[in-house]
Amino acid sequence: MVTDVADWTVGELMVVAASREIRDGEVVFVGMRLPLLAYCVAKRLHAPRSVGVFENGIVRDVPTPQLLYTMSDTPNVVGAVWCTRMANVMGLLQRGDVDVGFIGGAQVDRFGNVNSSYVGDPHRPQVKLPGSGGAADIASLAKRLVVILPHGRHRLVERVDFRTSPGYGDGPGWRQRVGLPRGGPSAVITDRAVFRFDPQTCEAVLHHWHPGQSLQDVLENTGWPVRVADGASPTPEPSEEELGVLREYDPEGVWTGNRNRSDRP
Amino acid sequence: MGPRPDGKLVPLREAISRFVPEGATVVMGTCLESLIPFAAGHEIIRQRRRDLTLVGPISDVLFDQLIGAGCVARVVAAWVGNVSAGLGHAYRRATEHGIPRPVEVVDTSNFAVALALMAGALGVPYLPTRSLLGSDVPRHAEAFRFSEDPWSGEPLLLVRAIQPDVAILAVQRSDPDGNAHLWGNLGVTEEAALASRHVVLLAEEVVDPEVIRSDPNRVLLPGFKVSAVVHCPGGCHPSPVPGYYRRDHAFYEEYHRATRTEEGFREWLRTWVLEVPDRQAYLERLGPRWEALRRLQPAPAAPVDYAW
Repeated sequence: MVTDVADWTVGELMVVAASREIRDGEVVFVGMRLPLLAYCVAKRLHAPRSVGVFENGIVRDVPTPQLLYTMSDTPNVVGAVWCTRMANVMGLLQRGDVDVGFIGGAQVDRFGNVNSSYVGDPHRPQVKLPGSGGAADIASLAKRLVVILPHGRHRLVERVDFRTSPGYGDGPGWRQRVGLPRGGPSAVITDRAVFRFDPQTCEAVLHHWHPGQSLQDVLENTGWPVRVADGASPTPEPSEEELGVLREYDPEGVWTGNRNRSDRP
Repeated sequence: MGPRPDGKLVPLREAISRFVPEGATVVMGTCLESLIPFAAGHEIIRQRRRDLTLVGPISDVLFDQLIGAGCVARVVAAWVGNVSAGLGHAYRRATEHGIPRPVEVVDTSNFAVALALMAGALGVPYLPTRSLLGSDVPRHAEAFRFSEDPWSGEPLLLVRAIQPDVAILAVQRSDPDGNAHLWGNLGVTEEAALASRHVVLLAEEVVDPEVIRSDPNRVLLPGFKVSAVVHCPGGCHPSPVPGYYRRDHAFYEEYHRATRTEEGFREWLRTWVLEVPDRQAYLERLGPRWEALRRLQPAPAAPVDYAW
């Protein structure tokens, strides 16, 4: 468990880091929880012309009037620009109309493959996880993929137990070989660090470690021998402005960890 | 509006007993987290149906409940768990330990579920996609085959059609013949409705046919495809219905805590399903929180005019 060190929570730092992955004018496959908040922050601050797409069939370009617990909560319908069938929004994704997608997962490996299906042998699993949902589709078809998950040696692994959502497979050329039309992971954001992918080796490389972590903490808690990028640095802290917008949407810290709650680490 | 002798408008109990036989393939939860027909799932549990195959994109906790109650032999779903609270404890007990019975899982993805139902709706044996290439998800050869584009030779995944025995779908309003209006996110509802042999509708309101015909673009599917219409207000709680009630987030959290153990699950089932004869009694058991969920911010659409 990662301890908060400032007047923001690690969850808030992760949301802000995720929001910075969204560029203005982009079509974003949003997902739930932290990415949903990241989209709200980006939309209000640096990416006002971005459009959010949800796999239940909702497309919206204004933030919701209330915090969402799921993408199908009624406040996500009101004010949407389109409420349609899943096949239509998945079609946007498959055609190549979606710039960036966000997914979570239980494990990610050094080539950005994500497991959200089984821990252990899939035939006799130690843990049966909920499954892909839309994550495998987003990982297959979006132009860029951002993966968000908690950090740990059993979570950031050399090779995932089950490749639910394809990253770069076993390395360079793999996506093209299996027939994926485009894309691949561009960042992994954890509660300790931010990784980016080397375009030559397709490997996750450490770019930032969060304030309160040391480089050593991150290396020790990662399940493969991590390469550190030239110029790697502490993760830039969230600005007052970013925190302000984020807390408008999640004042109680439902998804980012309550700053006043007694059960905080 | 009372039920007609030979009409489609029937009580939930009758709709389930007629259209959800033992071993049936049932598609539910097609809008994703909204409009989940929990009342129908609970009636299936009360009627002790066994060996069902459940089909859905994500089901939130409805599939977890049916699995925990021992009704299910097989699940074809992209995601099974508790969307806002975490893993599905009953699903884990069944898939990891065979409690109360083993359940076969056919891994799939949301898009693949949509394509399988769309193929079923179109009456073709499969549809191709470029999703899931290189993923371990499509490992069941009965559901997926790898192939290639006959023109370009590029790799493709073929997703086999699913034609469920019955689709149980919630709608805001229906006429007595099953011409129904659905609004909000549609998910895979149209495909599921058109792919299935029978369609059972759970309607918040049953309205005159003129209401439906005043806005034919909002109709889910024509009534001749619908086998039964059930007037079931509140039938989707704790999931939301746009225009009618909000999602009961706390109920999912409570379910998550209560069902951590097998005993806890059985107790939960007794309280909310087995000891509850019908949906009306369930809503009474909810008490004032049900009233609170129905206090909404109005957001009417501008009317459309089909002038001719």
